[in-house]
Amino acid sequence: MSTVADVLAGADAAPVDLTGRSGTRALRDGLARVLMWTAFAVAVVPLVWILWTVAAEGGRLLIHSTWWTNSQVGVTARRVGGGATHAIQGTLLQAGVTALISVPIGVLTAVYLVEYGRGRVARLVSFMVGILTGVPSIVAGLFIYAVFMTTFGMQRAAIFVCLALTLLMIPTIVRSTEEMLKLVPNDLREASYALGVPKWKTISAVVLPTAFSGIVTGILLGLARIMGETAPLLILGPYTKAITANLFGGNMATLPTMINQDRDQAVTMPAYDRVWAAALTLILLILVLNLLGRVIGPRSKV
Amino acid sequence: MKITQSACIAAVAALGAVALAGCGSDNNTTSSTSSTSGTTSSAGSSSSSGSDTGTAAADCPSGTLNAEGSSAQKNAFEEVVAAYNEKCPDLTVNYNPSGSGTGVKQFNAGLVDFAGSDSALKTEEKDGVIEVDAAKKRCGSDAWNLPMVVGPISVAYNLPGVDKVVLTPALLSGIFQGEITTWNDAKIAAANPGVTLPGTAIKPFFRSDESGTTDNFTKYLKAAGGDAWKADPGKVWTGKGEGKEKSSGVADAVKSTEGGVTYVEWSYAKDNGLSMAQIDNGSGAVELTADSVGKFIAAAQADGQGNDLRLKLDYATKEAGAYPIGLVTYEIVCSKNSDAAKQAAIKSFLGFFAQGDTQKSLEDLGYAPLPADLQTKVAAAVAALS
Amino acid sequence: MSPPTSGPAVAGPSFPGDPVTGELASSAPGPFGPGAEGGRRGQGRLGDRLFGGAALGSGLTVVLLVTLIGVFLVSQALPALARNQANFFTSTEWVVSGDSPRFGIARLLWVTVLSSLMALAIAVPLGMAVALFLTQYAPRWLARPAAGAVDLLAAVPSIVFGLWGLRVLGPLTGGTQDFLRDHLGFIPLFSAGSVSSTTTIFLAGIVLAIMILPIITALSRDVFNQTPTTHKEAALALGATRWEMIRTAVLPFGKPGVISASMLGLGRALGETVAVMMLVSSLPAGSAWSWSLFGGGETFASKIALGAGEFDTPEKTGAYIAAGLVLFVLTFIVNAIARVVIERRKAFTE
Repeated sequence: MSTVADVLAGADAAPVDLTGRSGTRALRDGLARVLMWTAFAVAVVPLVWILWTVAAEGGRLLIHSTWWTNSQVGVTARRVGGGATHAIQGTLLQAGVTALISVPIGVLTAVYLVEYGRGRVARLVSFMVGILTGVPSIVAGLFIYAVFMTTFGMQRAAIFVCLALTLLMIPTIVRSTEEMLKLVPNDLREASYALGVPKWKTISAVVLPTAFSGIVTGILLGLARIMGETAPLLILGPYTKAITANLFGGNMATLPTMINQDRDQAVTMPAYDRVWAAALTLILLILVLNLLGRVIGPRSKV
Repeated sequence: MKITQSACIAAVAALGAVALAGCGSDNNTTSSTSSTSGTTSSAGSSSSSGSDTGTAAADCPSGTLNAEGSSAQKNAFEEVVAAYNEKCPDLTVNYNPSGSGTGVKQFNAGLVDFAGSDSALKTEEKDGVIEVDAAKKRCGSDAWNLPMVVGPISVAYNLPGVDKVVLTPALLSGIFQGEITTWNDAKIAAANPGVTLPGTAIKPFFRSDESGTTDNFTKYLKAAGGDAWKADPGKVWTGKGEGKEKSSGVADAVKSTEGGVTYVEWSYAKDNGLSMAQIDNGSGAVELTADSVGKFIAAAQADGQGNDLRLKLDYATKEAGAYPIGLVTYEIVCSKNSDAAKQAAIKSFLGFFAQGDTQKSLEDLGYAPLPADLQTKVAAAVAALS
Repeated sequence: MSPPTSGPAVAGPSFPGDPVTGELASSAPGPFGPGAEGGRRGQGRLGDRLFGGAALGSGLTVVLLVTLIGVFLVSQALPALARNQANFFTSTEWVVSGDSPRFGIARLLWVTVLSSLMALAIAVPLGMAVALFLTQYAPRWLARPAAGAVDLLAAVPSIVFGLWGLRVLGPLTGGTQDFLRDHLGFIPLFSAGSVSSTTTIFLAGIVLAIMILPIITALSRDVFNQTPTTHKEAALALGATRWEMIRTAVLPFGKPGVISASMLGLGRALGETVAVMMLVSSLPAGSAWSWSLFGGGETFASKIALGAGEFDTPEKTGAYIAAGLVLFVLTFIVNAIARVVIERRKAFTE
């Protein structure tokens, strides 16, 4: 009897004896069911717990309007007040610049892989994207440091943080865009070619717009990933309490570095509150991007 | 081929975020200075900026000063800036606590207006640079080391029920080198007659990141303990124990571990409510107080000429009532500056910093005020800046 | 964290017809006469060349970037390695300043691998079970929000995991750690470590497991979802229970996907920085070697981050870059394995 199951499942499947006593089988089935439900519960526990901790500790400050409008200039570990707008703006600005650099490269690479790439070069590119996916963020930061600080002797600046984050964002964009482009039906391409539309126009006017919302989703999710990164910022992006938009010199605050800075002083109440409030703000920002991506996502099913 | 509306909106929103960050901060560079005083205390204090509280308050400079360096004085510096801005809101003073070495480098490269450093400018060559000469070249005049912030280092421990422990340099070396492993060790007991010590295991904690606190603490052990401390002093811990990240890490660890002991800035020990050991350098046990640290600093030798107030701390001091573990952070400034407005701003700010009242207020933050004699000298040196 | 709906391991449907369209574009005669078309074709050719060039260029940029990472890390690490007085691979020392630096990665490597493997040992079975729950067991009304909830874990920044692990989870695992130490202490892995508090590799392993859980769940879920319905229905038609159906149809089909998901999770765990830095106690220089989960130490990533504040000379930085290089190679190997598994699976499913 077991042979059918074997054939179905391929050689690696353990043979299942379907003739056994149904009591044991039902028991096993029930056990598995309980196990799966338990596993899910176990996985949800830390999530709820973390979110609860952060919300409970960090919620207090978020309801103050100054949290969203003021920076931390002149606010010390012992003084209450101030806000996180400098860090929020820094995080958004760096994420935006990172997106500006990595979106064209990422989308075009995906276009190459799906629409053009054949043979060895394409396999190499695809392989390297896979490798880039796995590059730890601290290595990305170290690499940028090795290039610009050690080799060229430049000062640390926000733009270098963006470059390090770009390394982390490109592969996520490539992968998600690739998936979306593959979902575009070939009929559309062929119909376009049949009308004599050149390939580049077909891609830019037919394929990309069709997959557009899916690509945007991918970008938003990629952004959500890099905004929470701390490691490269420890190397490349020192914290400051002031608002600044200068990408090329001086320090720029971000939410992760703000958390990192304040947690060293979290023994005082104001600093403690700010650590959790900044953490909550960061999670909220990332959540909004994630939700945005999810809202757009389902509609992109071409 | 349809472009969903929401996707468009999202794209616009994404790009908008970039634009918003851009123009928002343009607006905010001005609004942040005005919000500065508004957020630090009541809005009223910023409007009463004319009120005269200090010596040099009559003329409030405006502009921006950039300083960089030691992270040991960061908290003191920021409090002082906040207090200064209540008086003079138009001068923005930025401090970047990137470390003493970096601060001096940045100062010598002319990138910051003054540096904060745990050690005075070095007179001997290191990495091909003599800091004093480089600073002289940058300033076109001598650079002065002005001691400004005194940061005591406490030996904090966690032994419920034991509120007084006396430790000597030799005992500290033994504890932090893993040679003395229980609190009721005969050697510790000998230094603490009349104190009932529990048999708890000693769990020393150290800083796992490179730190000036480690540097100063090991310098003290080396100088005061004689041969007891074996390794060379440095920013990297060479003793035994368990490493924790940053001051908050070691303080947290001691707080939550019975038998734990660590060296940490005074403020962290105070804020965490940790017990602090009294130190006996050979002339009796001394508790860590602002006064006892002041005595230690006052006992230091002046090592510079004229207004260059570099100090040579004597960790092995036998001065009665002097608490011998601490560091001094210098502000390193150009004695003469071609940019008169800038120099006036530096003068005004550092003058405020060196004032008796300001120094006194640092005590709440876990720093010790400069001893009166030295404070007068620093004030005079600041007044002599031109 | 990897976006769950578009993870790298998700092999979407591919279009075997692409090569044909590629030819069509270049060789098919247009619908209009040659005269009417001349100008447009020229424009098309130029456009094609530019667009195709840009696409190829972007692809090559990615290749170049990865190459540059390798080249720069190697070139910056070599001078420091040349000055190194100790054996880089077997030494446990880490003295990087001064004239005779002595540093080695033995302990970094062990702590990195141990904490990551522990995370994997927890997260893979759990992640698979959650993925099976979401795809095979969960009622419809629950499946979608539940999947979203697990994905939300991926949205929590690692520094928050660190804070939570240190202040909330750490103290709670003390009992478990003591229990294991007391009862399984004869196994080197569970022997008493040099760290007295709860902030051990063990704690880092648990937190890392929570951090990589969403990746493994999301990717496993995607492959499980792709199990051909015919396989599942055939198994059920033969009278298999749901669990037997999963064992015979879903798991074998999803196996390569789960393996590659695990590899990606492993890669993430190996490189995790901030949470590990906050959670694991460091060991002093000259500590005895320990195999124990209850010891402390640093991973490559946390060592680099701890040193980041003091990169003051190129030689010193070089030592950290050398450590970064080893981490890069490590993740490179892990990811290469993942890629190979994915390629195999593609070949299998097509």
